[in-house]
Amino acid sequence: MKRPARKPRPRAAEPEARAKAQKPRGRTNAYFTHHLWVLVSSLGQLWRTPFSTLMTAMVIGIALALPAGLYVLLNNVQQLSSGWEDSAQVSLFIERDVAEKRILALADRLRNWEGVAEVRYISREQALAEFRELSGFGDALDSLAENPLPAVLVLRPTPAQAEPAAMGRLLERLRQLDAVDQAQLDMEWVRRLNGIIEVGKRGALLLGVLLAMAILLVVGNTIRLTIFARREEIVITKLIGATNAFIRRPFLYTGFWYGLMGALIAWLLVVGFLILLSGPVTQLSFLYDSQFRLAGLDLVTSLSLLLSGITLGLAGSWLAVGRHLQAIEPE
Amino acid sequence: MIQFDNVSKRYPGGHEALSGVSFHIQPGEMAFLTGHSGAGKSSLLKLIALIERSSRGQVFVDGQNLSRLKNRHIPHLRRKIGIVFQSHNLLFDRTVFDNVALPLIIAGYHQSEVGRRVRAALDKVGLLNRDKAYPITLSGGEQQRVGIARAVVNRPPLLLADEPTGNLDPALSREIMGLFEEFNRVGVSVLIATHDHDLISRLDHRLLTLSGGRLVRDGRTTELAASA
Ligand SMILES: Nc1ncnc2c1ncn2[C@@H]1O[C@H](COP(=O)(O)OP(=O)(O)OP(=O)(O)O)[C@@H](O)[C@H]1O
Ligand SMILES: [Mg+2]
Repeated sequence: MKRPARKPRPRAAEPEARAKAQKPRGRTNAYFTHHLWVLVSSLGQLWRTPFSTLMTAMVIGIALALPAGLYVLLNNVQQLSSGWEDSAQVSLFIERDVAEKRILALADRLRNWEGVAEVRYISREQALAEFRELSGFGDALDSLAENPLPAVLVLRPTPAQAEPAAMGRLLERLRQLDAVDQAQLDMEWVRRLNGIIEVGKRGALLLGVLLAMAILLVVGNTIRLTIFARREEIVITKLIGATNAFIRRPFLYTGFWYGLMGALIAWLLVVGFLILLSGPVTQLSFLYDSQFRLAGLDLVTSLSLLLSGITLGLAGSWLAVGRHLQAIEPE
Repeated sequence: MIQFDNVSKRYPGGHEALSGVSFHIQPGEMAFLTGHSGAGKSSLLKLIALIERSSRGQVFVDGQNLSRLKNRHIPHLRRKIGIVFQSHNLLFDRTVFDNVALPLIIAGYHQSEVGRRVRAALDKVGLLNRDKAYPITLSGGEQQRVGIARAVVNRPPLLLADEPTGNLDPALSREIMGLFEEFNRVGVSVLIATHDHDLISRLDHRLLTLSGGRLVRDGRTTELAASA
C-alpha cells in the first residue's frame, strides 16, 4: 500500500519543476484550506443523497453497535459477579464423630494459615437451628432421632487468596485434613460464570473482527460505486495534472464521514439500549438487595468506538481507492 | 519545447499508429498538425502529455526526456501543458468558474490568486459574465472557450489542442484560432491537431503533416492554399 497523501512541498524544491517554478503566495496555507474544503465538500456531497448516506451509516452503526453493546453488557455482568467473588467462602463440613474441642483447635490452627482471613464455627446445633428457621421443615426434623447436620467451619479467604489458582490449592489442602469430610467452595458458580463471560468477551471480539471486515466491505463497495460514478471527473482532473493524492482525497474523506456517522449511530444505539435496560436492572438489583447499577459507556469506550468507526471508514475507502483509482486513466 | 526523435507508437493490438516520427518545435512556436483520419494526430498529442508512452524513440518536452519520467511525476508534466479537447471535457456539475479554477486548485494556489487568475482567463475568452453559469447552459462554442480558459489559466508554457474547432461554425472556428494566436504572441508554444484545411490555410504557421503514422511533410500552412 502507498503511503497517505504527502504534503506537497513548494514545487521549486522538486527537480522536475525547475522550469518556470512559479511560487504562488501562501502555498501551505492554501494546502490546509484545500483539505478543509474537501472535508466539507465531501460531507456536502453525502448530504445531497441523505437517504443512501443514512443507509450506509446505519449499516456501519449496527455492525459497530453489536460487538460494542455485547462487550459493555458482559463488562457489567463481570463487574456484578466480581462483587460476589469478594464474598467467596469455603465451607468445611466436619466429620460427624469429631469432638467439638478438636474442631475448635482446628479452627484456631486454620486462622494461622496463610490466605485465611477469618474462620467461623457453626456447631451442629446451630446448623440445625438455622436450617429449621430457613427451610420451614421444622416438623420433619423433629421426627428425626438424631441431628443429621454436620458441624461446619466457614472460612473466608484473604482477597489475595480469592484468585482461582490459589483458591484451588487451598481447597486441596483443606480436603486433606483428617477431620474434614468435605470442603466446598460456595462461590464456585461465580467462577464458572466468570469463565463464561471471558468466553463471551472473546466471542464479542471475534464478532467484532468479523463485523469490522463487513464494514470494510460495505464502505469499500460504497466508495467503489462513487468512484465509478465520478469516473469522468477523475479522468479530467488527471489530465489537468492532479496527483493521485489529490484525486484520492475526497474519497478518503467520504470514508471518514461514513465511519464517523456510523460510530455516532453505534454510540446512540448502545446508549439507548443501556437506558432501556437500566430501569429493569435497577429494579432487579433492588429485589436482590444489591447496589448494582448498570454502567453506561465510559469515555474510553466511547472514544474507542469513535476511533474504530473512523479507522474502518478510512481503511475501507483506502482499499477501494487503491484498487480502482489507479485503473482510471485518460485514454 | 517539443522534440521527437524517431518516435514510434504501437498500440497493444499491434497497430502502429506512429512510425519513426522526428521533429522539433521551438519554445514560442506555433504549429499545426494535420493528416487523414487515423493518421496518428491524436496519438502524437497523447505522447506529449504522457497519456500514452512511446514504444520506440524519445520524446522531450521542455527539455525533459519523457521515457525517463516516472509515473508519479506525470501530474507535474501535465501542469506545464494546457490541453484543449474536441469534446470539451468540462465538469457539468460545477460552474464555469469552478471548472476554470480546477487547475489552480490542483496546483495549490491561494484563494485570492485563484479568483484573480480565473477572471483574467475568462475575460480573455470573453466569458467573464458567465462565470456562475453551468456548462450545460452554454452553447458549444462557449463551452469550447471555457475549455480554453481552463487550459491557459495556469499560464502553461505549452498549449495542445486536438480538433478544437471540430463542430463549430467557420466564424467561431476563426475566433478560437485567433485566441490561440493571441496566446502564442505572449510566448506560449502551441500545437494544434486539425483537419480543417480551409481554416488554417488563411494563417501563416508551421504545418506538420502525418500520413499512416509517418511524418510526410514539414512546411507552412500557406503552402496548403498554394497546393489547393
Ligand atoms: N487506444 C488505442 N488502441 C489501439 N489502437 C488505437 C488506439 N488509439 C488509436 N489507435 C489507432 O491508431 C491509429 C491512429 O489513431 P489517432 O487517434 O492517433 O488518429 P487521428 O489522426 O487522431 O485520427 P482522427 O482524425 O480520426 O482523430 C488509428 O488507426 C487508431 O485506430
Ligand atoms: Mg484524433
